[in-house]
Amino acid sequence: MKRIYVNEKWCLACHLCEYYCAYANSGQKDMVKALQGVRINPRIQIEEDGGVSFAVSCRHCDEPLCLKGCITGALSLDDGVIKVDEKKCVGCYTCILSCPYGAIMPSASGSAVQKCELCLENSAGEPACVKGCPNRAIVYEERV
Amino acid sequence: MNHIIIGNSAAAIGCVEGIRSIERDSDITIISNENFHTYSRPLISYLLEGKTDEKRMLFRGENFYAENNVKTYIGRSALAIDHVAKTVTLDGGDKLSYDRLLVATGSSAFVPPIDGLSNVKHKFTFITLSDALALAKTVGAGSRALIIGGGLIGLKCAEGLHAMGCDITIADMAKNVLPSVLTPEAAALVEKRVLQNGVKLILSNTVTRFDSNAAYLSGGDRVEFDALVVAVGVRPNISLILDAGGATGRGIIINEKCETSLLDVYAAGDCTESVDISSGATKIMALLPNAYMQGECAGINMAGGEKTFDNAIPMNSMGVFGLHMMTAGVYEGDAFALNAKNGYKRLFYKDNLLKGYIMIGDVARAGIYTSLIRERTPLDTIDFDLVKDKPQLMAFSRMERQKKLGGTTA
Repeated sequence: MKRIYVNEKWCLACHLCEYYCAYANSGQKDMVKALQGVRINPRIQIEEDGGVSFAVSCRHCDEPLCLKGCITGALSLDDGVIKVDEKKCVGCYTCILSCPYGAIMPSASGSAVQKCELCLENSAGEPACVKGCPNRAIVYEERV
Repeated sequence: MNHIIIGNSAAAIGCVEGIRSIERDSDITIISNENFHTYSRPLISYLLEGKTDEKRMLFRGENFYAENNVKTYIGRSALAIDHVAKTVTLDGGDKLSYDRLLVATGSSAFVPPIDGLSNVKHKFTFITLSDALALAKTVGAGSRALIIGGGLIGLKCAEGLHAMGCDITIADMAKNVLPSVLTPEAAALVEKRVLQNGVKLILSNTVTRFDSNAAYLSGGDRVEFDALVVAVGVRPNISLILDAGGATGRGIIINEKCETSLLDVYAAGDCTESVDISSGATKIMALLPNAYMQGECAGINMAGGEKTFDNAIPMNSMGVFGLHMMTAGVYEGDAFALNAKNGYKRLFYKDNLLKGYIMIGDVARAGIYTSLIRERTPLDTIDFDLVKDKPQLMAFSRMERQKKLGGTTA
């Protein structure tokens, strides 16, 4: 199963991953239209402090506390990818309470949550953050 | 292996999924005294609010039982367990045999004996889908609703009824709302939000007696209502285990494998009591995430696998009239306090461990705090000052971060 991994040594704190993520999930065909004047709400987020920086997004982990604690059944595991059904989600945020990585956040509407789904179903088709990272600080790899 | 599950909510579904992670072909039978497909109980207030509907509130898809090869007795009650003969007796007298049994019977609303309560025509509890449907049928815009109990259930019920246009009063004997999860100071923020939405609060009051459509409160108020909701608390449904001779306290007593004192009988969810590792106390933690994880743990063990669930903590995420709050653990030890403009945050720590927290307003990434409590991370191994400021992975060592994000196992 391919996963997103982060190598913080290579992270430039350029935040491009956040913009590529927001664009890929915007449903827009044009990056300018998708992002101009928009306060982005990406599913991958950079932490930075004193010269250290790294990107955080869903680990699609083996012990998904978000999914196990989901009160609605909106979170599900589909072929190794944890997905959220925004129609079922009511925005109770129990998954935000549960995720040890802080990798789930409210969607723009506030009435549901959003998370990284590896861009498998949006226009990017593969993780846009990885593709857009200029320094290979985020990779999408199969590891044992 | 032949498994029987009594119950059809989060713990039961966790059990099915736990069993099926080990065994594909064993027999599983679910017995449920509610006449519904598995649904999410906490969503009943969202149903009143119109934020979900009966179809979307199904906890698992319509094909769940078929896909998992589960036989169901829906709308049937389990009356007795014979743990020697290994049978469950149903209403109507049917006896079903099991090799392994899960009791996931949940809890029931506690209705205290109050003078005149039996004369109240439109009275409700607010635990099940049937409760919500009955309430929705009775009230509408302009109806006057009195809710006894300002806890999680009472407040969520108020939110649902508010969206339906009801005129709502909440009465509670405690001096603040959410007394079991919030400090009075934190509760004040919630009370402010509740009042801003036109809901009346009468705190530090008990009901002394009822007329058919009015309550008389200890402070002298008389509150008229068209519908009464009793939401003062719940009691675990322990009678099946108690009658069979199994160990019970306030809830069914289970170990970290979710086994009861009876051989091959497991229990999970709101009917059980277990150890809260943040305080060390044995208590009833009637929370959906714990129910699911206990059920899953039981299921894996029932199917011959090995699983323990030994790090339960109380935790709640809740929104009331758009104000989000999260709480976890126990409020003991030193406190780090932060008062934001429209928010509140307290971290409680003791013995080099984070023990609990309350966050209201900004709840972003709170799971990082929850994890520190649950994993009992020694605070001297992280940068606690960074963590106090906000939940962040930056507070961990580079090596720990490499494990979390970089995929190294070393």
